[in-house]
Amino acid sequence: MEHKKKFELWTVLSIVLFVLFLLILVYPMFGILKQSVLDKDGAWTLANFIKFFSKHMYTKTIVNSFKVTIVVTLCSLIIGIPLSYFYSFYKLRGAKVIFVVSILCCMSAPFIGAYSWIMLCGRNGIVTKFFLNVFGIKLGSIYGFKGIALVQTLKFFPLVFIYMNGAFRNIDSTLLEASANMGCTGVKRFFKIVMNLSMPTALAASLMVFMQAFADFGTPMLIGEGFRTFPVEIYAQYLGENGRDYGFAAAISVIAIVVTAVVFFIQKYATSRFNFSMNALHPIEKKKAKGIGGFLMHLYAYLLIFIGFAPNLYVCYLSFRDSSGAVFKDGYSFNNYILAGKKLLGRSIKNTLTLGVGSLAIIIVVAVIVAYLVVRRPRPLNHAIDTMAMLPYIMPGAVVGIALIMAFGSKPLALTGTMTIMVINLVIRRMPYTIRSATACLMQISPSIEEAAISLGASKLKTFIKITVPMMSSGIISGAILSWVAIVTELSGSIILYNNKTITLTMSTYVAINRGNYGLACAFAAILTVVTVISLLVYIKVSKSEENVRL
Amino acid sequence: MSVGITIDHALKKYGDNVIIPDLSLKIREGEFFTLLGPSGCGKTTLLRMIAGFNSIEGGDFYFGEKRINDLDPAKRNIGMVFQNYAIFPHYTVRKNVEFGLKNKKLPKDEIQQRTDRFLKLMQIDTLADRMPDRLSGGQQQRVALARALCIEPDVLLMDEPLSNLDAKLRVEMRTVIKNIQHDVGISCVYVTHDQEEAMAVSDRIAVMNGGIIQHVGTPKSIYQRPANLFVATFIGRTNVMKGKLAVENGRAYLCIDDYKAELDTVADKYKQPQDVTVSVRPEELLLNRDPNGDGMHAVVKDAVFLGLNTHYFVKLDSGEDAEIIQESSIEDTLTAGARITLTVNTEKVNVFTADGSRNILTGVKNDLEV
Repeated sequence: MEHKKKFELWTVLSIVLFVLFLLILVYPMFGILKQSVLDKDGAWTLANFIKFFSKHMYTKTIVNSFKVTIVVTLCSLIIGIPLSYFYSFYKLRGAKVIFVVSILCCMSAPFIGAYSWIMLCGRNGIVTKFFLNVFGIKLGSIYGFKGIALVQTLKFFPLVFIYMNGAFRNIDSTLLEASANMGCTGVKRFFKIVMNLSMPTALAASLMVFMQAFADFGTPMLIGEGFRTFPVEIYAQYLGENGRDYGFAAAISVIAIVVTAVVFFIQKYATSRFNFSMNALHPIEKKKAKGIGGFLMHLYAYLLIFIGFAPNLYVCYLSFRDSSGAVFKDGYSFNNYILAGKKLLGRSIKNTLTLGVGSLAIIIVVAVIVAYLVVRRPRPLNHAIDTMAMLPYIMPGAVVGIALIMAFGSKPLALTGTMTIMVINLVIRRMPYTIRSATACLMQISPSIEEAAISLGASKLKTFIKITVPMMSSGIISGAILSWVAIVTELSGSIILYNNKTITLTMSTYVAINRGNYGLACAFAAILTVVTVISLLVYIKVSKSEENVRL
Repeated sequence: MSVGITIDHALKKYGDNVIIPDLSLKIREGEFFTLLGPSGCGKTTLLRMIAGFNSIEGGDFYFGEKRINDLDPAKRNIGMVFQNYAIFPHYTVRKNVEFGLKNKKLPKDEIQQRTDRFLKLMQIDTLADRMPDRLSGGQQQRVALARALCIEPDVLLMDEPLSNLDAKLRVEMRTVIKNIQHDVGISCVYVTHDQEEAMAVSDRIAVMNGGIIQHVGTPKSIYQRPANLFVATFIGRTNVMKGKLAVENGRAYLCIDDYKAELDTVADKYKQPQDVTVSVRPEELLLNRDPNGDGMHAVVKDAVFLGLNTHYFVKLDSGEDAEIIQESSIEDTLTAGARITLTVNTEKVNVFTADGSRNILTGVKNDLEV
């Protein structure tokens, strides 16, 4: 069997993917780089970078982004890890509810959280007014740094929770018994054994939170006010309060990529220092949460998920209130929904579902193929494909959006304003995660299972379709649900690429908020929340276990 | 329909790394043939070349008269059993077994009938509708065998099929495998690193080391007249000693230190005075409780009573360590420090050239050299 000489389907797929990735990943990124160093006449210049670094107003956005992102990452770890610890080591009442609700927290679009917190604690928020009128206490401002930190932490701590659950599940209970035997128990054991063993996962969760928080555009835009962050600046330069400056927007994008790449490699380096693998033969048996400690654990868990999910509930509640522009009036009705019906609601839902299903299907097919190529045909070309597919991991959404519009804004590849460009955006933004989970999944599958099928007379294609893909499906589905929600709630890239025809639910919500139609925005947001809740419930029903949710 | 396998000057390399330099072998029709060797000796590589999962860099492979070098693995009509069984986890037992038959596009009732037959043969017919995750290791192994056999392959290839089972099940399953192979009458190539398992199941064994076959023969001939020192040490336990061959009046004598015994099994062409390496199995050392008897003198270091046998670990006066197995006797077991005399069972002992590369006795049957 000299398959080197023989013409193979996989070789064709390799080449097709390679060319495709060159076109939709490398070419746009290269375009951004080019744009950032060329002036209007096409001559080489560093003016854009000099402009950025010479003005305090611009450099401050980096400092701001870093400040708020680091705080968010740390806070997410600080509140997420205890939650995961309680969840994994103790029998909590309603553990399933805790799990599902915390996933829902991280599934909603961040800016809806921001918006809801404004409605609660903003200048005219009900909580603010309540404290002022009843106690005469003036609550501090929720706008700016504090607000971003609050909203993003509450949005991203569930990521830490989900990641850490996986790590804690892999700790062998005998390790804990052994350490107890040697006199290391309680808090000391938690830090010395449990946390050290989970360090690779904690670092992976940190990176995930950092990347998402750093790239988040909606939250700082709504609640940040004077506190400008990087993605906001990119967007502002692109859509231009002071006129469009593509070159400058491109330069900021390049800086953003460099920053995230540096963070990415620092994380990789840190992780490499904790290089060990674990697989629990004796999984930890959950203890009963008793007494005052048990009460506090329950209180902590439920309070946390309540605060995390409250904004969504509040938005749903508001959606039934009568409103006029930015003011909510007394009385309840479906008026907001009726208004939404007139304002592209049908089209938004249709686009959201079409884009979601279409992108997800493409992502899954590509991820399965890339995983197969990397794991089963480890050749330089296929590793190159894998590396290219990971590029968007370090590109904030706004950068992807700008890169795509620069690359495909003009002929011969004029795709701006089409569904195609929206799909490309969603696919490349979300692909790295699915590829990673598919690759990890395929590595677990012994090649001998495929060889068994071949020795039983199945062709390679049949083996792939009937044996390999079904065996990978559990890993793919668990990743797919989160991809789905991320796609449905995506804002930072789409906001640059969308138009009236390709508008989605998320975009409609954002547009309504921006135009001050608060009631309308709540209606859109409520529908979006319902869509995510339904997809999660369907997923749990299908996969039969909530434990399988992976990122 | 069973066929013989002929391998002619096989060559396997990964890049510049040669795994199997030049290997020729004939596996007879219907026989149970085992490739035995330490890990990394190339036995699995060779098996996978036969199966078609490894490329062949040189030489020819034949099933019967048919050259199969370039035949797609799916078309070689082989049954293969893997170390991890490779049961499809998303199919029931029945669907696993049917898989190969469906690929042959057989009519439905025949698929049903054949599947039933092999499920019954492997005694797993009651498990037909179970999913694999609810089977024990032994049951999974039976499914793997049924799946491999029901396509009525020309040859059955097994890659360490028992190594994932516990000791008791391993013994049970090897009997099952041996009996099934005998009933079906199919040529079988079996890979293992467990020499006891190899002895228990095989018609013939090929002992491999470093990609080269050292000895091909029946379990008995390999154990009793190993072709070289490697085979002697790999199969069973043995004590290796330095000695000399002396020839007086056309008779050969084995000398170890001051012990001298006549050897009437030395092949004529080796009958000349030379240094030799001696391989004496623990049961071939005869123990004399008289410390001043005729033979090698030694002191007991440790004695282990195992019921049927008693093992002695002794230090020879020459400084070498030796192990002795003696049928347990009624009299007291010797204790550490006791001085003894040892002689050698000259009928059974094996003597090799000084470098251990060849057995110099008569009666060595190595099919490789025929």
